[in-house]
Amino acid sequence: MQIELNGDQMQVAEGLTLSGLITQMGLTGKRIAIELNLEIIPRSQHETTLLQESDKVEIVHAIGGG
Amino acid sequence: MSEQLNDPLIIAGKSYNSRLLVGTGKYKDLEETRLAIEASGAEIVTVAVRRTNIGQNPDEPNLLDVISPDRYTILPNTAGCFTAADAVRTCKLARELMDGHDLVKLEVLGDQKTLYPNVVDTLKAAEELVKDGFKVMVYTSDDPIVAKQLEEIGCVAIMPLGSMIGSGLGILNPHNINIIMEEAKVPVLVDAGVGTASDAAVAMEMGCEAVLMNTAIAAARDPILMASAMRKAIEAGREAYLAGRMPRKKYASASSPLDGIIAAK
Repeated sequence: MQIELNGDQMQVAEGLTLSGLITQMGLTGKRIAIELNLEIIPRSQHETTLLQESDKVEIVHAIGGG
Repeated sequence: MSEQLNDPLIIAGKSYNSRLLVGTGKYKDLEETRLAIEASGAEIVTVAVRRTNIGQNPDEPNLLDVISPDRYTILPNTAGCFTAADAVRTCKLARELMDGHDLVKLEVLGDQKTLYPNVVDTLKAAEELVKDGFKVMVYTSDDPIVAKQLEEIGCVAIMPLGSMIGSGLGILNPHNINIIMEEAKVPVLVDAGVGTASDAAVAMEMGCEAVLMNTAIAAARDPILMASAMRKAIEAGREAYLAGRMPRKKYASASSPLDGIIAAK
């Protein structure tokens, strides 16, 4: 199925969870925050949150800034 | 000396010894960032929230590995947001990123050329964030009326610009900053515009509670040395403010006594 991740379209397997997506992106253990269709998904729910067709996912982290 | 004075900066109920807040943008690399922040003595450090680069250098060190939230109070900012909605969204992501830590720096900008605050959207975002439980330190123009409104909404610190972000032009309207300070019951910090150490000292001598800066340090020829200079300027300015400057006089007033001068009668 197709999802949008950080503004880019991408194909992922049916039944993928947010945790699965994090692993697939090589972001395991990184300090990140996730928004799914404009809703924050707390870290505790990554494991149980299933991705759906056309979901919009934003994964962010902290970088240098004023 | 600042410990001896026992003169902490208090923001949202928390005490800090340093009155210098610094950003982490525009440094050459993370090591320079780390050294400059250390030299500045800052305890509150701003960071930006951005999309993670997917698939690029997964082993790249993270800013928060270098500027540890265990050691510093991390102040996520909404830099780059031009609407209230984007700023609120960014703060919510930041809170999740920082495990529920809810102190944020709100800035909603008007345009790319001036990076001047869009005060209408800043007020809107501040209202929404305060309702949602955030402790909002707000970047704003040096307009005393807007500053007052932001305080009434419940912002924990008001941060008028000295001059435009990254301009290094210093404090262009000290009179307005003075009016804002007179009216405010929450800390007033100068945020943006500091170019060199004397600008920071001027802000502190005026009675600002603290100064937030980024470019003045990061864009100096030697950022680490400038960070150290800023630390001293902030301390000197604060002590001068507390000491109370002498009155300005129109004419000279001799420092040495006039009695006993060797002079031909």
